[in-house]
Amino acid sequence: MQATYVEAIRQGIWEEMERDPNVFLIGEDIGVYGGAFKVTQGMLDHFGERRVVDTPIAESAIVGAAIGASFMGLRPVAEMQFADFISCGFDQIVNFAAKCRYRWNAPVPIVVRAPCGGGIHGGPYHSQQNEAWFTHTPGLKVVLPATAKDAKGLIKSAIRDNDPVIFYEHKALYRRIKEDLPEGDYTVPIGKANIHREGKDMTIVTYSAMVYVAEEVAQLMEKEGVSIEIVDLRTLTPLDEETILTSVRKTSKVIVLHEANLTGGFGGEIAARITEKAFESLDGPVLRIAAPDTPVPYSPPLEKAYLPDAQKLLEKVRWLAEY
Amino acid sequence: MAAAKLEVVRTRQEPESELHAELARKFLYYMGLMREVEDRIERKLYRQGKIVGGVYVGRGQEAIPVGSGLAARPDDVLFPSHRDLALYLIRGLTPGQIFAQYMGRMDGLTAGREGNMHMGDLKKGLVSIISAMAASIPVAAGAAMALKYQGKDNIAWVYFGDGASSRGDWHEGINFATVQKLPLVLLCNNNQYAYSTPLSKQMACANVADRAPGYNMPAEIVDGNDVFAVHEAAQRAAAHARAGLGPYLIECKTFRMTGHSAHDPADYVPKRMFEEWAGMCPIARLEQRMEENGWAAREEIDETRAKIRREADAAIEWAEQSPYPDPSTLLDRVYES
Ligand SMILES: Cc1ncc(C[n+]2csc(CCOP(=O)(O)OP(=O)(O)O)c2C)c(N)n1
Repeated sequence: MQATYVEAIRQGIWEEMERDPNVFLIGEDIGVYGGAFKVTQGMLDHFGERRVVDTPIAESAIVGAAIGASFMGLRPVAEMQFADFISCGFDQIVNFAAKCRYRWNAPVPIVVRAPCGGGIHGGPYHSQQNEAWFTHTPGLKVVLPATAKDAKGLIKSAIRDNDPVIFYEHKALYRRIKEDLPEGDYTVPIGKANIHREGKDMTIVTYSAMVYVAEEVAQLMEKEGVSIEIVDLRTLTPLDEETILTSVRKTSKVIVLHEANLTGGFGGEIAARITEKAFESLDGPVLRIAAPDTPVPYSPPLEKAYLPDAQKLLEKVRWLAEY
Repeated sequence: MAAAKLEVVRTRQEPESELHAELARKFLYYMGLMREVEDRIERKLYRQGKIVGGVYVGRGQEAIPVGSGLAARPDDVLFPSHRDLALYLIRGLTPGQIFAQYMGRMDGLTAGREGNMHMGDLKKGLVSIISAMAASIPVAAGAAMALKYQGKDNIAWVYFGDGASSRGDWHEGINFATVQKLPLVLLCNNNQYAYSTPLSKQMACANVADRAPGYNMPAEIVDGNDVFAVHEAAQRAAAHARAGLGPYLIECKTFRMTGHSAHDPADYVPKRMFEEWAGMCPIARLEQRMEENGWAAREEIDETRAKIRREADAAIEWAEQSPYPDPSTLLDRVYES
């Protein structure tokens, strides 16, 4: 059965709620309205108010309450209306949830869902890809699925995970991506990258919506005789270093691509690890492609110029292929 | 200050002077202009695809920014919410600039960097909306602190919805402002919904104003669809704040006569609420009052409307001529240059 990315996440949450009565949802406008992006549509009717909790506008209360409920044996799935507003619950996430296991060996099995990303003309406050705020915080798992299949499998893993997971859903993918999902109950492991496309001449390491930009370029380059391998990280922390290094050792050339802005972006970490651990295999510099270091602009021509796209990637791919 | 009290004031007596007739004409113009500009934005330009992204309007709530905005001094500082377009118009921004802003053009207030109501102009005393609800409250407290520090008798006015009052920033900002006795007027548009969330899921008290006593802050509740009532409450609040007595909260009871944003059909709102509140339209009520008091004849009111429509036509035409930002300027403005 074909399902969109949004439907896949919805199914994943639904199945977990059916499976485990301790799973419940908490967030703004998730009940009657079904969430700003309709991920939780129909859940209030099916699971009732006890398990689908509409909250006041209070991100710190949402995250804090999720943490507290998790101590008592529940498995909260919290929704941020936009990833941008996760900042309002930031302290609870980075200073408490992330450190509980380390400080006093307390598991915090919460999922914080965060609709992220640009390309929807949301402007600076409704477009951010702010995963680096959390990858810098030990103790959090940061997951960003690109495909519907992974989105479903990973949300299920996230809900079953005993550590706090920040689950980024790309808004531009919600209704754009449609694919066949495996039958029945399946999960996709957190911390495991996926070879989205096999190739031998160059590796593009990427995640979230940029997987499709990489795919577009890989198809174009195939016609020019350059075979590109795409590593879809799916999880940033904990990082599947092995899959990255194996691919790089095979292709010897690598570009790291992400939608978040360049400086302090996770691409820097990947590039550094590759040069540290696979330097001898490299036939060229490790390149990064990311958005420029500005807020996400609103006006369509500016936003287009801002977002990494096939054209920008192609330029660097050709350059590196020639290198 | 004496023990905090909750005053419920509803202004009912008819002001009669020529001054009031004059004020009523101003109210009518700005409320009508806000309505017209937002109708064009939400019902024309958005649907035509000329505006992309989010569109939030204040249909049915025009009396709040207009009644209070005209009570503010021109050199007071304003922190509008996303449903207070009239504050921008009162401060002299043109409908053309507003349309250009919404269409992502260079002649908008943000040169295309921001969209819709996310705009400000410090020279006009308008601080940009902060998208995170209630984040404006501590910032407005800071502006008020500066005014006090500088020995000015100006005040800060901060606008927000019922939903925003749930956030920690709201409480932190107000607590700070009351402790410091800052010259701050807090204007709540209680339109009974925050996106799809009704008041009953937003707060356990009946009114936002019920929270004020906890901060030892005076508060009053007004009919937010009565522009004179809002105006007079705003004058009382401003006098209080200007006199150095600290923050003052006005809760304006109103209703959002639209979805949360243009993409939201608001199916979760009972139809009868829309019907009920349609009969309380602040513009229609003002027009009726003007006619009844002999402040304006029907023809004059109609002429005001026609003038506003012509103004909007011309403004859209102007805004559509405005260029899009040049992508080569993408990196500009991150820092001072
Ligand atoms: C901190 C934060 N969380 C969520 C949102 C998304 N959001 C935008 S407006 C809104 C509802 C605001 O309701 P209210 O404060 O009552 O103002 P109204 O829109 O009714 O005027 C929400 C939830 C936000 N802007 N900021």
